[in-house]
This record gives sequence, C-alpha cells and structure tokens, in this order.
Amino acid sequence: MSNRKKGKKIRRVSSIIYACLIYIFLYLPIVVVIVFSFNTSKLNLRFEGFTFEWYWKMFENKPLIDSFKNSIIVAVSSTFISVVVGTIASVGMYRYSFRGKGIIDSMLYIPIVIPEIILGISLLMLFTAFEITLGMLTLIIAHVSFSLPFVIVTVRSRMSGFDRSIEEAAMDLGASPIRTFTRITLPIIAPGVVAGAMLALTLSLDDVIVSFFTTGIKSKTFPIQIQGMVRTGVSPDVYALSTLLIVGTIIIMILVNVFDRIADKKMYGEEKSIDEERVPFV
Amino acid sequence: MKNITKKMKKARSAIFMISPAVIWLVMFIVIPIGFIFFISFMTKNVYGGYIHKLDLTVYLRFFDNRYLRIFGYSALIALATTIISLLMGYPFAYIISTSSKRTRNLLMMAIMLPFWINSLIRTSGWITILRLEGVANTVLQRLNIIQEPLKMLYTDGAVLFGMVYVLFPFMVLPLYTSLEKLDPALLEASSDLGARPYRTFLRVVFPQTLPGVFAGSIQVFVPSLGYFFIADIMGGGKTILIGNLIKNQFTIGRDWPFGAALSIILVVLTLVLLKLYSKIGSMEDLA
Repeated sequence: MSNRKKGKKIRRVSSIIYACLIYIFLYLPIVVVIVFSFNTSKLNLRFEGFTFEWYWKMFENKPLIDSFKNSIIVAVSSTFISVVVGTIASVGMYRYSFRGKGIIDSMLYIPIVIPEIILGISLLMLFTAFEITLGMLTLIIAHVSFSLPFVIVTVRSRMSGFDRSIEEAAMDLGASPIRTFTRITLPIIAPGVVAGAMLALTLSLDDVIVSFFTTGIKSKTFPIQIQGMVRTGVSPDVYALSTLLIVGTIIIMILVNVFDRIADKKMYGEEKSIDEERVPFV
Repeated sequence: MKNITKKMKKARSAIFMISPAVIWLVMFIVIPIGFIFFISFMTKNVYGGYIHKLDLTVYLRFFDNRYLRIFGYSALIALATTIISLLMGYPFAYIISTSSKRTRNLLMMAIMLPFWINSLIRTSGWITILRLEGVANTVLQRLNIIQEPLKMLYTDGAVLFGMVYVLFPFMVLPLYTSLEKLDPALLEASSDLGARPYRTFLRVVFPQTLPGVFAGSIQVFVPSLGYFFIADIMGGGKTILIGNLIKNQFTIGRDWPFGAALSIILVVLTLVLLKLYSKIGSMEDLA
C-alpha cells in the first residue's frame, strides 16, 4: 500500500517538474527580453551593464513609437469591427435557419485553416488590383478578415447552451428585436463575446505574416518595424517597449480575472464562483 | 396574412444580421483567393506584376526537382513540428487537466499570455539565447560543460525548434479541451476493473482524446508550412520552406503568376488534408 502511495507522490512531483520545464520553455525568451531591456550596450549582443535609460530613450525613437501606436490602433479597431459584425452574425445564424448555412460555414473555416500567407498574398493582390494604397486601412481590413471567423465561431460555440425561448418570451411581451438583443441576448452571451474579443486582440497583436503583405511604408506595425533588426540584434529600446507591453498585459489579465470573479459572485453567489468553469480566451 | 408578414420580418432581420459578415468574407476572403487563382494562369511581367495573357505552363514549372524538394522538406519540418509538439504537449495538457479548477484557469491563462508579445519578439529572445556568443553558450562554458561554443543557431534544428516554440500552444489548447471533457469516473472504473495505468491510458483515455489530437495536429501542421519568418530568422535565410518560396516570388523573385500558382497548390494541399481530417474529426474543434 505504501508503495502505491510512494508511486503516486513520485508521479505528482515529476508532473510538477515537467509542467515547470514547459513553462520555462515558453517564458525563457520573454525573461531574456525583459533582462536585456536594461542592457547598457546598444548593440545588445551580450549583457554589459544595468541601466534604466532605454525606458525614456525609446520615446526619442519616433519610428519605433509610431509603429507601436499603429499596432495598437490596428488591434483595437480590427477587434471592434470583427466583434460587432461577428456577434450580430452569430446571433443571427443561431436564431434563424435558412438555406446556404453550410456555405457560410465553409466560408468561415477557410481563413481559420488555410496558412496565413495565402490570406496575406491574396489581399495584397486585391489591393494592388484596385490601386488601394497600402496603409492603416488595408491593415485593418486584413486583420478583421482573419479575426472575424474566429469571433463568429467562438461566440457561436458559447451560445450552444443558450435558451431561445427567453428571446421569444421577450418578443412576445412586446420588446422590439433590437431591444431583445441588447437587453436579453447580449448580457447572456457576454462571456462568449469577451472571449471572442480577447482572441481577436491576441491574433492581431501576434500577427506577422498578414501584416507583412498588407502594411504600407508609412504605416508599419511594431513587428514589421523591427523585422529587419531581429537577425542582427534587437536594440534595448525595442525590448524596453516590449517589456512595458508585457507588464501592461499582465495587469489587464489580472483585472479581467478580478472583474470576472466579482461578476460571478454577483450572479451565482459565493460558492459557485469557485467551481464555475472558465477557460480564458478560448 | 399575419403569418406571412411575420415570416417576412424574420427573413428581413436574418438578412440584416448575417449579411455584413457574409459580404465581408466574400469580398476579402473568397474573391481574393479566386483572384490568385486567376493570376496563376497569367503571364509574368519582368518588372513585377503580370500581363493579361494566358500562360498555362506556370503550374508545370512546379514539377522541377528544386521546388519539389522544397515542398517535401517543408512537409518534413511540418511533420516533425507536429510530432514533437504532440509528444511534448500531451503530458502537459494532461497535467493541467488533472489539477484543481482554479489552478487550471491560471495555467491556461499562462499559456495564452505570451501571445500578447509578438512571436517575432519572442523568437528574437531565443536568438539572444542561442547565438554563438549567446546566453546558452556563455552559461555552458562557465560551467565547463563545453569548451568551444556550440553552433545552435542558423541550423535546420534551430528552424524546427522555432516552429515548435511558436506553434506549441496551438497543440495544447485542443488537447486540453478534449482532456477536460474526460469523465473521471471512467478512469476509476477502468482501474477498479483491474487495468494497469498504461492500459487505462491506451484503451480509455487516449481514444477519447483523439479529436483533440487531430485538431491540434492540423493546427500545428498547416501553419508551419507558411511561417516564413521563423525559417528566415532561425535558419539565417539558408532554410527555404514553402512559405519562403511563395513570399520570394512576390518580393525578390518578382514572379507573381508562379507565386500565385504555388499558393493555389498550397491551398489545395491544405484542403485535401482537411477533407481527410473531416472524416475523423469535427471542424468546430479547429477554432
């Protein structure tokens, strides 16, 4: 019996060690980015000394700051558009059955499954054919195109437990479709919408490939701006800006988690909030 | 009469709700891909772009040893990336799924967090670590484990490493979803009936998580065919994958029709893979 207990303990310890190793694998380069943002050497090849100066010097690097702003603008506006269009579409697709639903479905899955490079090149071809200058507009269009299907699929999957009779009850009691949507449907599907929005934001911030083809000279996004640097060595100011982004992200995630927990407590009371299952963002 | 107006109202609001998304998808996904198909039959213009003249030989150029080898090699890298991610990710997803609910959410969040820092920047962190005078070599030399610095970067192994690093979370997420659905009572029943742990795993756990395995594999395999920047950065420009080959036709190569043809071939390959996948898994698991 004690042998069995021992085996269990060994298994437990080894699984903790294994999980730690994986997290080290995922986070080691991020730690390096943070550490090397304090490097005195501009070349940033090896760590030479500790300094804070890059955290204000980076604001003098106008192309860098501009590209960072562009990234944020593209991420926020493409997320906004894809969440609004996507949420309305998923509710519509859930509410009504009609012919051609299958075609829409396969249209949704094309951008999810084909390699991003295809999307980037096909949009580039389209924009050049119609002589649309590459810039912020083309970037936002491109980002909406790859995040919209993800938003629709995410919102729809979260709707599977949604009871349609509530909507019907509201309409039977005289609420207009729009009022039903904003007062009944939207609050219920909100977790799915938030998950879709987070996914869209994440996809946009992480994107390199589609942006590579749809970015203009004056509207580079952050990753495209530093792309040339990566092979020769990324300067510490880029790492300083990335570190700020990391810190900001962690703060946002903590806030989202806290709000989520408070909202849960309000809805279900104390006990259930602990058991309530919540997988973040997917 | 009243019924008909109600039906019409319903149809109108259905169109109103769904059409913006559909129009967007048609305009910016379907038409552009169709457009690439069209360009792949055009004649190349020496100064970039294409001439509106039919050229049916573009696709034939693909059947050249050089290009076939690149496609084969890319498929090999993609396959290796998939297998390594699966072997690494399965136990990991299993460990997460067996932890308490609160820890689980935290652990899953910790997997998503790195996505907010662009993959290019994260990969550049690896360059700082792996380069000849980088962190890894310095540490290993200080510890007297090696005398001479190891050449880790700009090798095929480095490309594979970078691919696994960037795509690993896409394997873990679907695996986790399918493991989470697993009923613990089944595991208990299996062990109560005398099955040893490995047997329980092979006969009970693994078969039930196959949807996650397939979905994760597709989500790692397909993107890895197109991730040209990983090959550029980690391979130092020496490694050429399908993605690089396609990209080069539109940048330095200036052969749009050939690039378009290669893209169409990649799309067809992907769709064939998905057709096979749809026989064993569901499309919904892919998102």
